[in-house]
Amino acid sequence: MEPVFALLTGLFLTVSVYLMLSKSIIRMLLGVAILGNAVNLLLFTNGRILREVPPVIAAGLDVPAGPTANPLPQALILTAIVISFSFFAFLLVLAWRAYGTLGADNTDRMRVAEPEDGGPPPSGY
Amino acid sequence: MNAAGLTLLALCLPFLGALAAPLLTRILGHRAALVLALVPAVLFLHFAGFAAEIAAGGVVSGGYDWVPSFDVRFSFLIDGLSLTFLLLISGIGALIVLYAGGYLRGHPHQGRFLSFLLMFMGSMLGLVAADGFLMLFVFWELTSITSFLLIGFDHHREAARRAAFQALLVTGGGGLFLLAGLILLWTISGTTQFSLLADLGPQVKASPFYLAALLLVLVGAFTKSAQFPFHFWLPNAMEAPTPVSAYLHSATMVKAGVYLLMRLNPVLGDTAAWQTLLPLFGGLTLVAGALLSVRQTDLKLMLAYTTMSSLGLLVLLTGIGMPHAIEAAVLYLVAHSLFKGALFMVAGIIDHETGTRDVTQLGGLRRAMPLTFGIALVAAFSMGGMAPFVGFIAKEEVYAALSSLDPRSIILAVLAVLSNALMFAVAFAVALSPFIGKSVNTPKKPHEAPALLYLGPGLLALAGLVAALGSTTLHRLVSSPMASAIAGEARMVSLSLMPHLGLPLALSALTAVLGILAYLMLTRLRCALAALLAWLGWGPDRGFDQAVGGLVRLSFSLTRRLQNGRLDTYMTVTFAMIAIVLLVPLFLFGELPRPPIFPADIPLHELAVIAIAVIGLFAVLLAADRLTAIVSLGIQGFSVAVIFLLYGAPDLSFTQFMIETLTVVILALVMTRLRLSPTDHRPFRETLPDAAIALACGLGATLLLLKVTQAPFDGVLTEFFNQYSKTIAHGANVVNVIIVDFRGTDTLGEIAVVMIAGLAILSLVRLGGSQRRIADNDPDAEHDDTAGTVEARR
Amino acid sequence: MKSLILRTAAPPIVSLMVLFSIFVLLRGHNEPGGGFIGGLIAVAALSIYGIAFGVETVRRAIVFHPLAIAGAGLLLSTLSGFLSAIFHVPFMTGLWITPVVLGVEIPLSTVMSFDIGVYLVVVGAVTSIALSLEEREDS
Repeated sequence: MEPVFALLTGLFLTVSVYLMLSKSIIRMLLGVAILGNAVNLLLFTNGRILREVPPVIAAGLDVPAGPTANPLPQALILTAIVISFSFFAFLLVLAWRAYGTLGADNTDRMRVAEPEDGGPPPSGY
Repeated sequence: MNAAGLTLLALCLPFLGALAAPLLTRILGHRAALVLALVPAVLFLHFAGFAAEIAAGGVVSGGYDWVPSFDVRFSFLIDGLSLTFLLLISGIGALIVLYAGGYLRGHPHQGRFLSFLLMFMGSMLGLVAADGFLMLFVFWELTSITSFLLIGFDHHREAARRAAFQALLVTGGGGLFLLAGLILLWTISGTTQFSLLADLGPQVKASPFYLAALLLVLVGAFTKSAQFPFHFWLPNAMEAPTPVSAYLHSATMVKAGVYLLMRLNPVLGDTAAWQTLLPLFGGLTLVAGALLSVRQTDLKLMLAYTTMSSLGLLVLLTGIGMPHAIEAAVLYLVAHSLFKGALFMVAGIIDHETGTRDVTQLGGLRRAMPLTFGIALVAAFSMGGMAPFVGFIAKEEVYAALSSLDPRSIILAVLAVLSNALMFAVAFAVALSPFIGKSVNTPKKPHEAPALLYLGPGLLALAGLVAALGSTTLHRLVSSPMASAIAGEARMVSLSLMPHLGLPLALSALTAVLGILAYLMLTRLRCALAALLAWLGWGPDRGFDQAVGGLVRLSFSLTRRLQNGRLDTYMTVTFAMIAIVLLVPLFLFGELPRPPIFPADIPLHELAVIAIAVIGLFAVLLAADRLTAIVSLGIQGFSVAVIFLLYGAPDLSFTQFMIETLTVVILALVMTRLRLSPTDHRPFRETLPDAAIALACGLGATLLLLKVTQAPFDGVLTEFFNQYSKTIAHGANVVNVIIVDFRGTDTLGEIAVVMIAGLAILSLVRLGGSQRRIADNDPDAEHDDTAGTVEARR
Repeated sequence: MKSLILRTAAPPIVSLMVLFSIFVLLRGHNEPGGGFIGGLIAVAALSIYGIAFGVETVRRAIVFHPLAIAGAGLLLSTLSGFLSAIFHVPFMTGLWITPVVLGVEIPLSTVMSFDIGVYLVVVGAVTSIALSLEEREDS
């Protein structure tokens, strides 16, 4: 099953990078949201795929009875999902604020931090 | 507490004093100086207590391991050389603190000044007491930083800022060379302590890296000690208040370079390179300083250039390798610290009481300031090398060191006599001219200085006399131990005021005669030199301006190119780089995966979910309106959630479902308000390169993942967690046990991140959305506006 | 949102969801579930409540500021980690006690309090995000 997942992950990454390379902040945000999924799938596939057996130890046993899905990438991804959401929400609000203040959604026109016509720094001490 | 512990404490004391200084000044006004002067005074007594032990050939040492794995120790070692410096720094320091109390009386930032001064004193004491290389380097740079603060004390004047910056750049930059040199010495010798290095001299000199280490150390020492061609920062540093000039630029900081050369003399000295480079640069500095000092009319500048000249002489004597040279350097160093400190303070008094430092604007002050006149004369006699002052003994020893008959000594002796004659003239130009002749109108009505001002120079001038009269004690306690430490073998200094008929005395007499002549012809000499310098054009000082300006322009244009302020450029570069990193090694090292074998028996429902995910992705790409984009984003997210569910990750699946729901909700909340279209309006030729980069990234990730999954799986960690989840951590859900127990610290960090994101979002939402906020943060905005805000806040 | 159906249905649904979130949190150590998932379910419940009755009602209903809840959670998790210091074991070591109340063994542990902390942080932080965005919608 891993080759299929490898292809799927590549596709997720392609779409997300393409969206992030755009100049419109909305498309960039969509790209960031998809990037989280792409990376999670990458981790998931790295830990190898196994169908339908969650890593839960049955009652009365000390170790899993048979082979289970790999718990380690799952633990990593679980926290990653929540963090990428917080990050995404932050970016979303930031974009919204920037749009409200600058009236621009195109990165070409969002030049407050590094203005185009910034002259040379003052000479002197 | 033993002597070592007490000394460590003593080295911290100035910094504690620096902490207390602003508060004390607020309470006591300028009288705080009386209290603060106790700090160096106590230190002086503490160090003086070691004199007998060290004169008997002992050393005081102590310290503790700092970075043991790198063999770095925070350790000090006080031998004759260190002790002399410690006594000079703390002794003169006490007088300077008192002087500063009077000089800056009523200045609004006097507390800050005294604080800086004490910090500098602490750094300087640490520097000369340091035994470890790294400790020396740290204190070395600390003196650069604190002197930056002191020189730039009048920071509202651009000249002071420039001087401070220049001193920091030259001495701090030189410090980096020194660091490289010390590391090289460490590599050669395998030790990080001067006390151990001293015995390894032959090994260091035999090393092929000897010359490199020597050159690096010399750059450090020469920049600090203002040797030609790095001398220009010293006269510029006269922008500092006079107590700083008197302390840093005559007696202490500029001597740090000389100290280092003396400290390393047993290790690096006595080679052809040492005995060529030091006299060469020392001699150049000696002559250049003397000539430039005559050119000046500002009292402080005249003294500054003679200081440079004296430093040249000290370097020359340290490196010349002749009999008596080390002894001469020792005596001259002590004498110079005493008389130059006193003369600088006298110049400060004249400036303070009359309002001008221009020697051509001054005259006839002897009636208004008789005491200052007396002090100035005593110091000038010492500087001119006249009996019965310590300067005379020093000069005798200098000429004794230079009076041999090889060509090098003859040249150097001629140079020394000429330079000394000029310094003689300058000494009296500073100490005599302003006091004699007709009274001249000065910006302020001159009157005698208050006690706080004349106490320091008076005591220093007197010390010059006492040291000469008690030369036997001086030699026993100070000169001989110091000379022994520099030479690396026992040396006895025995010169006294009793003149010995011989060449040195004749040279002294010649110097005095030439000096008197030069003094009488000073105005004509000055004009001649001014013409010469005008003909020469610009020196290293102008070069410094050019270099700094060029550096700023270079970094500006470089930044413009690398950081053009366009987000799409940054993104493109970043992802292109990621694609390169992913793909190039795979091809370059033949790490490509085998052709994948796709499983033939994928159940239909799984294929369907994957297909839905792919459709969702493409729908996001092609969405024409907001709703489609949001829904499509949800589709791919929910597909991922289903995939997690199908492949044994119910926890992930539920979390993903909840998060995707929330994402869609907040995206809808924001996007409906933005009223923006998610379509890409760019022409094909702009999207094509983006698509290429994106495809390269995707391809790279796929190939990498294929390669990884084709390798055998290392299940050690997974095994561990499955094995111990129930037995140790008492949990059956292995994923949850990893999150809250095995990797709990990670999770703690992660929830902290979530919390911070929540805080940041809340403050962004609460932020008033007006243009005004951005204007507030704009550095180019009108200053009136900012001032208005500050006013309003008050 | 003035829908009568939503307004009628919201209170029982929301209370059930919050209960369910706590159930998911507590069973997390042995069955699928845990602090992250439980927290998110509670957030979803509060969001529905907010959509039905407005943000102000939610703020009143949870008494504390959402970020205060998150802060309390972070503090609880950190303290759970530091409790191990008293027993001279490394930071974050799980400590267990099983008091018997009314004949039933109740396993309590720092691991559980840590997970409750995670739950509170997720509830607080994400609710704060959702509410502040919803609030803007109202105004």
